[in-house]
Amino acid sequence: MTTAEKILARASGRDIVRPGEYVTAEIDKFMSHDAFAAVHMSLASVGVQKICNPERVVVALDHYVPPPTQRAASIHQLVRDGVRKYGITNFYAERGGIAHQVMMEKGHVLPGQLVVGTDSHTCTYGALGAASCGIGFSEMAYALATGKLWFRVPQTIRFELNGELPFPVSSKDIILKIAGDYSAEAAQYKAVEFSGRASRDMSVESRMTISNMAVEIGAKFCFFETDDKTQAYLSNRTHEPYQEIHFEEPSENMEVYHIDVSEMEPVVAIPHCVDNVKQISQLERLEIHQAILGSCTNGRLEDLRIGAEFIKGKTVHPNVRLLVIPASWEIYRQAMDEGLLSIFLEAGGIILNPSCGPCFGAHMGLLAPGERCISSTNRNFKGRMGSDQAEVFLASPATVITSAVHGYITDPRES
Amino acid sequence: MDVIEGRVWVFGDNVDTDAIVAGEYLDAPIEETIKHVFASLKPDFVNEVRQGDVIVAGKNFGCGSSRENAPASLKAVGIKCIIAESFARIFFRNAIAIGLPVISALGVPGRFQEGDTASIDFSRSMIVNVTDGDSLHAEPLADEMIEILDSGGILEVLRRHGGGNQ
Repeated sequence: MTTAEKILARASGRDIVRPGEYVTAEIDKFMSHDAFAAVHMSLASVGVQKICNPERVVVALDHYVPPPTQRAASIHQLVRDGVRKYGITNFYAERGGIAHQVMMEKGHVLPGQLVVGTDSHTCTYGALGAASCGIGFSEMAYALATGKLWFRVPQTIRFELNGELPFPVSSKDIILKIAGDYSAEAAQYKAVEFSGRASRDMSVESRMTISNMAVEIGAKFCFFETDDKTQAYLSNRTHEPYQEIHFEEPSENMEVYHIDVSEMEPVVAIPHCVDNVKQISQLERLEIHQAILGSCTNGRLEDLRIGAEFIKGKTVHPNVRLLVIPASWEIYRQAMDEGLLSIFLEAGGIILNPSCGPCFGAHMGLLAPGERCISSTNRNFKGRMGSDQAEVFLASPATVITSAVHGYITDPRES
Repeated sequence: MDVIEGRVWVFGDNVDTDAIVAGEYLDAPIEETIKHVFASLKPDFVNEVRQGDVIVAGKNFGCGSSRENAPASLKAVGIKCIIAESFARIFFRNAIAIGLPVISALGVPGRFQEGDTASIDFSRSMIVNVTDGDSLHAEPLADEMIEILDSGGILEVLRRHGGGNQ
């Protein structure tokens, strides 16, 4: 069986499941953020007084941190009220960071678990080998009340990443290139397994960038195998036992894509689709007004380290506002201890608190009509980050920072 | 489930949830968000949509954020059913969960013009363009989904089962 089939079979109490089958599975972990307010209201609307497994629930505020409006502050009040009512002790308030990052770095996610979250980027935990996916708040209310949810067993496809990735090309370039080459629907309703030397060579953080964006190619789940890097990551964070994830040989009818990353160039997703991807060398000179280094895609310590390396001793172009957003408090603290934050500060960057920031278009760095932003985030839809007359380009941390220095979208190899 | 018949709005591929309801209205009450549905993609939509209308779309409808207010807003402005070549999975689940029928039909783009009348027979998984008589098969919905839709949404299922707290 594939990884997705093994996990869904275990969670639904069956020996075997097949793609296309529907199963009702028991959920191992539940993640929610500011949307927990809506979950709480939904539970209340149908008279649910207690939830099934409060110890399996993790809530962290990340979207409206700190609240930009009275309405957002009221939403946080509701979240706190719900957290108290249902006895959820894994509540990080605004002191954890982006909920996905908190889930992984605080040891709430283990290989082989079935996890649902009220956010489309819940698939990020696949970097650690969990079957994790996004759902809405009504489904979350149902799942919390009953402990279970229906799933269609997905087909599985595999991307075998071969070769050695040439620095400064990064895992962000790989997932953007996959979106560009195979489309935003490449993995619609499917589970994706990432294998091959380049997958093994990658840090756990780089794997998280790829699994984070698996949903941008339509994927339901995304998996990386358990190896010494996974074990090292988890050993500092949890003492719970877990089932390692190892892929079986692909069956005859499994779609397997072989990708050689050794010749790969830095790429950019241009407006207004994630799969509208071009090699950076093919772009004309495009001036930018905002650059963002952060998010659940690329706001981890290795991203900040690369950013700092590319900006040290330089300054942000006068026409550009650079926003640096560490993905969590833990990362923020480490970046401070390593002196990375002062490098960004000296260069003229704005350092924001760990949060989703402007990524979803609500606050902290929105775009005016005609403005152009290069961002390490995961979506460039029209109107995603402010005006629908603005443009968002997606790229790696190295490309974002090099562009912030030059004032136009720049190949990091020319840094 | 009954047969649904309604006037058609046509959309293309990759309609994302930000295009349905922009992120700045994510925290707004539904009465507010419904004023901004498809604001930049189809500005006339909110003024001209009528109760019982149907959306016919291309590939990957509802891609992007898991925001449930996207299908909820479409339901609230009167959309009775969405037919698409394919759906992004979270949108598909959310639509079923709030009791908005959605159905995939390969080859549906190009079979309807804006303003045509579509008829969707869920029991036979059949879609008919009433305006020109054209018809095509759709992908059947699973029993789990039909049960949720028939109940009026997953929260109604929960209410029926005593809120999960026996």
